[in-house]
Amino acid sequence: MIPAAFDYYRPKDLPGVVALLQEHGDDARVMAGGHSLIPMMKLRMADVPHLIDMQDVDGMNGIYVGDTGVRIGAMTTQAELIDSAELADAAPILREAALQIADPQVRYMGTVGGNVANGDPGNDMPGLMQCFDATFTLFGPDGERTVPAREFYEAAYMTAREDDEVLTAVSFPTPAGGYAYEKQKRKIGDYATAAAAVQIVKDGGSCASASIAMTNLSDTPVFSEAAGAALVGTSVDGDAIRAAVAAMLNDIDPVDDNRGPVAFKNHVAGVILTRAIERAWSRA
Amino acid sequence: MSKKMHITLTVNGKEEEFLAEPRELLIYTLRERLNITGPHIGCETSHCGACTVTINGKSVKSCTMFVAQADGADVTTIEGIGGPDELHPLQEAFKEHHGLQCGYCTPGMITRATKLLEENPNPTEEEIRFGMAGNLCRCTGYQNIVKSIQAAAATMNAAKEAAE
Repeated sequence: MIPAAFDYYRPKDLPGVVALLQEHGDDARVMAGGHSLIPMMKLRMADVPHLIDMQDVDGMNGIYVGDTGVRIGAMTTQAELIDSAELADAAPILREAALQIADPQVRYMGTVGGNVANGDPGNDMPGLMQCFDATFTLFGPDGERTVPAREFYEAAYMTAREDDEVLTAVSFPTPAGGYAYEKQKRKIGDYATAAAAVQIVKDGGSCASASIAMTNLSDTPVFSEAAGAALVGTSVDGDAIRAAVAAMLNDIDPVDDNRGPVAFKNHVAGVILTRAIERAWSRA
Repeated sequence: MSKKMHITLTVNGKEEEFLAEPRELLIYTLRERLNITGPHIGCETSHCGACTVTINGKSVKSCTMFVAQADGADVTTIEGIGGPDELHPLQEAFKEHHGLQCGYCTPGMITRATKLLEENPNPTEEEIRFGMAGNLCRCTGYQNIVKSIQAAAATMNAAKEAAE
């Protein structure tokens, strides 16, 4: 498999990247680990006349855990995410999810930034970021701006990022309470048939707050505010979980594909969310 | 055709310099340009792991890396791990424990396993299966691959203890 020819650039800083993006418009693409983009280029489903490799750009790596929040540089790999003891303490759901992404070789290369910026509905990090109510930092010709994760995704591969902007970091408040990332896939390395990210805060015997987001069940990740609301104030018993699942099913919009028909996906989404809520509650 | 790039790579300790189109995939550079044919082309779609090499200390599927990305990198293939005259403990263990049948996946398996044991010298069976999940074998059913890696880990740990 030989991809179409391209010009290759390895700029050293963000202004250099943006200058290339401005010069070449949507003929240029930035590449982090390349494990989404290169397969698409090999299949000639992505046409990239100008490829901008981000590996030498300074300041895009690293995990910063502060008193109230976490910031992860876009070039941080899934393997680095998994290995971070600080992050495992501050936001353990990220490690649980990252371990379910692809396989070891891919996790050494695949980055958090690539996973969230690509806009593939099958990627796991976008739903997680919506569960956290994260914000994405974008760098463009006019400097930095931030966009909430819950407003970033417009359609498959369509996001709020402009052609001349680069996603440089994700930031989120330190998540509280119990957590679970539950993912159903056909085999290791596959994208989700359905996946659920759940964070739940318990106060006494009842649920004080809950945040729920679903992956690969629509052309964007789905933050289901109604599903979370269905749990608040309850003891997260069977009735409450069934209400949350019903609310979630109202918010997703799966399509028939090689992972199954719509009825099956709705069924799996319900099973996966039920398991995720039960596990998150047991840890709350 | 795009402009050729001047590429420098260190492969198994030897510096290589050549001109290549940036779109050349690293697996083709290794096999066809440098005649290093240990890493195999299996699926060529980032699934099977037959093309696994170690690049700057990471296990990488070399069918999913452009040679331009690897410019300046340090690459180790199965040829740099051990040879017929001096087998690596993993190669010895795969031979002893029937960790291969047809052998097609073996260079990628062993290259990946060197990194797995470097990161986790005492893996459980589950950790081996999870850590080797990026490498597919259609012959063995994996059972003997797991046994081989366990045996190699024991040999390597014993050698390390003896040296201390």
